[in-house]
Amino acid sequence: MNLTDQINAAWNWLTASAHWSGSDGIPHRLLEHLGYSALALVIAAVIALPLGALVGHTGRGGFLVVSFANLARAVPTLGLLLLVVTVTSIGLTPVIIPLIALAMPPILVNTYEGIRGVDADIKDAAEGMGMKGPGVLLKAEIPVAMPLILLGLRTAAIQVVATATIAAYAGIGGLGRYIVDGLSRKDYPSVVGGSVLVVLLAVIVQVAFIGLRRALVSPGLRGSSRTS
Amino acid sequence: MIRFDGVTKRYPDGTVAVDDLTLEIPSGQITVFVGPSGCGKTTSLRMINRMIEPTAGTISIDGEDIRKKDASDLRRGIGYVIQHAGLFPHRTIIDNIATVPYLLGWDKKKARATALELMERVGLDTKMAKRYPFQLSGGQQQRVGVARALAADPPVMLMDEPFSAVDPIVRNSLQDEFLRLQSEVRKTIAFVTHDIDEAVKLGHRIAVFQVGGVLAQHATPDELLTNPAEGFVTEFLGGEKGLKRLRFNRELDATEEPAQPEIEDDVEAAER
Amino acid sequence: MSVLAADGEPLIRWNWIGDHSDELTTLTLHHLKLALLPILFGLIVAIPLGIMCVRWRWLYPPTLGVANVFYGIPSLALFMLFIPYFGIGSGGQADFTIILPLTLFSLSVLVPNVVDGLRSVPEPVRQAATAMGFGTLRRLVQVELPIAVPVIIAGARVAAVASISLVSVGVLIGNGGLGQLFIDGYSRDFTTPIIVSCVLIIVLALFSDGVLVTAQRLLTPWARTRRSNG
Repeated sequence: MNLTDQINAAWNWLTASAHWSGSDGIPHRLLEHLGYSALALVIAAVIALPLGALVGHTGRGGFLVVSFANLARAVPTLGLLLLVVTVTSIGLTPVIIPLIALAMPPILVNTYEGIRGVDADIKDAAEGMGMKGPGVLLKAEIPVAMPLILLGLRTAAIQVVATATIAAYAGIGGLGRYIVDGLSRKDYPSVVGGSVLVVLLAVIVQVAFIGLRRALVSPGLRGSSRTS
Repeated sequence: MIRFDGVTKRYPDGTVAVDDLTLEIPSGQITVFVGPSGCGKTTSLRMINRMIEPTAGTISIDGEDIRKKDASDLRRGIGYVIQHAGLFPHRTIIDNIATVPYLLGWDKKKARATALELMERVGLDTKMAKRYPFQLSGGQQQRVGVARALAADPPVMLMDEPFSAVDPIVRNSLQDEFLRLQSEVRKTIAFVTHDIDEAVKLGHRIAVFQVGGVLAQHATPDELLTNPAEGFVTEFLGGEKGLKRLRFNRELDATEEPAQPEIEDDVEAAER
Repeated sequence: MSVLAADGEPLIRWNWIGDHSDELTTLTLHHLKLALLPILFGLIVAIPLGIMCVRWRWLYPPTLGVANVFYGIPSLALFMLFIPYFGIGSGGQADFTIILPLTLFSLSVLVPNVVDGLRSVPEPVRQAATAMGFGTLRRLVQVELPIAVPVIIAGARVAAVASISLVSVGVLIGNGGLGQLFIDGYSRDFTTPIIVSCVLIIVLALFSDGVLVTAQRLLTPWARTRRSNG
């Protein structure tokens, strides 16, 4: 089977109307996939954003945060999933835990580096004008670090969307079903078709983050990064 | 009036940045702290708004110990201008200038009206109000820095090498305009520089610091030039030759017409 | 053999490690080969590609777009695409079913870093080199690439750690280095092999990271205090 055959087979699979309805239909699987991804990303962000911001702001514990993130990056997601499944049981939790572990390092490191990298003059001016710690963080440091923070969230989101395919191994849904089931049935069009859907989802995530950047990053920062 | 009384700053590693400083900064005048790097002039300045806390001694403003107030409240009542302006890159010029009024909870309209007025006062075209700092030249950014410090009309202003990051021509015009502005607003100003020419030009009084945080001489510019303390101060002023040059420049300044506000750096930026 | 608590099965049976040391060594070495050859190939491709993207600016946005797409493909899916060409299984030609997709992944990290690194060369330095009579190629090799090394290695570190972790996914198509033990453990409800292989993978990642950091320090003695911005 060469590349053209693969593309044709995937196209036929994707356009077959039977694949667009029911609980094993593409819309349903897509929503499941988005659901797991969003849940993992939100939990990771709720932990990593404040932690990264706090460490970047105080300058304390930076070494620990970076070391932890490097260690977490090295953890094999599939191994963690199968371990959690073996120890607990099949279900949502074993899927979410490895995905959170996957999403945290980029969010944590980028938030930390972004806040830490804010020009000392800006922080000095903010304090000198009478902003208190939280004020400096919210009104000066976070807005200035926003491009990097969003980059971390984007990296995490794309990795999570691509990796959420492993949910199928924990016996639950998502687009991974097409890949994993296709693999065991030697149904390659299903595997390729499922993969194409995941890639499309990753592209949509990229586009969504372009929109977020427009909305959340001040034009004053976009301009400076363009000219420098 | 700002008063330093036996103020010392010693760091945990034993370095003494400021050594037993006693000094008065009279109201409505410019007092310049001058000296080489490592002389404690910036540390002294930053102790006035409690960006740095002294190890010993007291600092008071109009008779009130600055430690009695919450540090943030104190700072909101003191204008602060630093070398690279430290403008918020994510905020427009007008919102940068209105930072302290916003912090003080002013009505947004009033804060912006004040900011616009200040833009004119420091010689900025109000058409720039909606621009961002990166779109301005260095000289213009520094003007924004001064306007921002003046926004809540604080009686005291601290200025840490505000003009040293711009080129000499722009610096000269900024200095002239600063003097003109000060003749209108009459703030109590502590001004740090390492440039003795700037000190002589701007200061009503000059405090010369030497390495180790020791106040070597505190005098008016004329006293300083006619009667410099032996040793460090004379050397810092450039010896006999340097003194001659400084005295000559001072006479020149005194006889010259008050300088017209320069517009060169605006023109330069408008062309961008 | 069933789950722990139920019959008191511990998370780790230490004697299992000793009994399987030969297998562990073989798997570890194979894992390293599958994970690190892609980084080597990736650098061989990314450096010239990055140079071209800097030389011809229009080339960069589409290249970056393609790289970002690779980044979003599930690794398993990418492995699948290569099965028809190199086959399935472990060792020999079939290893390329794993190595080539991981090379593509590494490119998505390496190319942007090569470009950023080359762009981080200060313009005055470039001009000074030209003014002293460096030709384009000599300037590239002797001035620009050395200055770009910290950023390129920062990319290689991220790519290497990711690659070492991703190899294990290959076990789902029968060739995953230490990932083999995930399935062995999972299918027998036996945690020891899963934990041991996870730990070995983490150790391999940290070890490779350490090697790359050392390489950078040796290659760029002038940049020791500067932090890399990759």
